Amino acid sequence: MLEYKQVVAGYSQPVIGPVSFRIEAGEVVGLSGPNGIGKSTLFRVLSGEARLFSGGIHRQPGLRLAHHRQEPVRSQENPLTGSDLLAVNRAPAPPREHRLTPLLGWRIDQLSGGQLQLLELWCALNGPAELVLLDEPTHHLDHEAHEQLACLLAEARAGRRAVLIVSHEPAFCRRVCSRQIDLGAVTAAREP
Amino acid sequence: MELLLDPMFRMPFFSGLLLAPLAALLGVYLRLRTEWLAALAYTQLAAAGGMLAVVLHLPVLAGALTAAVLTAGAKGLSGRTGNDHFALAFLLAWGVTLLLAGFSHHGSHMGTALLDGQLYFTGPAHLTAGLLLALAITLLLPWLHRPLLLGRLYPDHFDLNQQRGWHYGLMFDLLAVLTLAVCATAFGVMATFALVFIPPWLAWHLAVGWRQTLLLAMLLALGAYLAAFVLAIAVDQPFGPVLVVLLGLMAMLRLLPRRGMRRD
Repeated sequence: MLEYKQVVAGYSQPVIGPVSFRIEAGEVVGLSGPNGIGKSTLFRVLSGEARLFSGGIHRQPGLRLAHHRQEPVRSQENPLTGSDLLAVNRAPAPPREHRLTPLLGWRIDQLSGGQLQLLELWCALNGPAELVLLDEPTHHLDHEAHEQLACLLAEARAGRRAVLIVSHEPAFCRRVCSRQIDLGAVTAAREP
Repeated sequence: MELLLDPMFRMPFFSGLLLAPLAALLGVYLRLRTEWLAALAYTQLAAAGGMLAVVLHLPVLAGALTAAVLTAGAKGLSGRTGNDHFALAFLLAWGVTLLLAGFSHHGSHMGTALLDGQLYFTGPAHLTAGLLLALAITLLLPWLHRPLLLGRLYPDHFDLNQQRGWHYGLMFDLLAVLTLAVCATAFGVMATFALVFIPPWLAWHLAVGWRQTLLLAMLLALGAYLAAFVLAIAVDQPFGPVLVVLLGLMAMLRLLPRRGMRRD
């Protein structure tokens, strides 16, 4: 589905790499490592926000991606409702008993950080994207929302969707990921 | 009242009736893109184009529309967003408009008309332009709606998916500048800016949901337009300033509490 081959990425200078890994349908792969190591840069290089210094990224032709950013765009005032957000993402509504359902009629600027986070994660994981990039998805989430995210990721593993997670929470990664890549170890290995 | 029913005012009335809600509708999307200052820059650039047309003895509307298309093209090619360059464009266009106005007596008269708004003197060209714009917006906005929202909420969406996204922005800019150019030559520069800025600003605060925001912005613009049309004739004042004052008073609606539930 997506393969990083000896990727060295950064901005004005390289930040991370060389890194090699691949992800296939039905996998939930965790990228872990200390803060500042360049985990998010590996996502940004896909959209051109970060620079690819060397190596290559090969993606399945026509692959659709969704990216849940660590700091999503949030306006102080925004009249969109949860239902509008689902429609923009072409994601189905959650089941009636889901904790998100009562929030769908609210303006998203009236949702708490955690509620909006969970709603956006629902959209990313239930929209048309075959590969979902989640950057620190547990940010703002309470215990119950953690559990629901874990369920969503379990469904992704059971289906044809692939998920690539950047997280600094090893326990969460261990729980939800089918495979983990320790970027700290990769970087340490290339340093003298 | 007799004046209001005068056939002479029918065409301007219907032209304004079409253009006012269209301006507010596009204003909601400009606000979404955090480009509300664009409205002022676009209208002033259209005014500068109209003024240049006067100097060159060409139709004002043609000059305004040409300036609008060139503006949209330049903005699309630059790929820039945000308000800084719009502020600069507005200032330059304002200076050019006033300098060009000094070239002839007709130019000076046109300068005043662009400031005051000359809705009551508009003819079939504005009505036709309004109908064509309404048709274009009805056909194109449903197609542009989702990409514009996606581009705002998820700025890397198109690049990430190796899709072209710029043409949606260019098409919207073209619709916006053409509408604002026609509005500027009918309502005046500041009245057009007020229509693009105030109703969407109020709807953004009061509405719940995107559809409601669009509808409320258009209704507020329509209400203000109807009131200004009648009042300007009744008190024998220029249309533009009357509309701006009414919209300014309408801005008090921002003080209303918003419907809906509180954050937990």
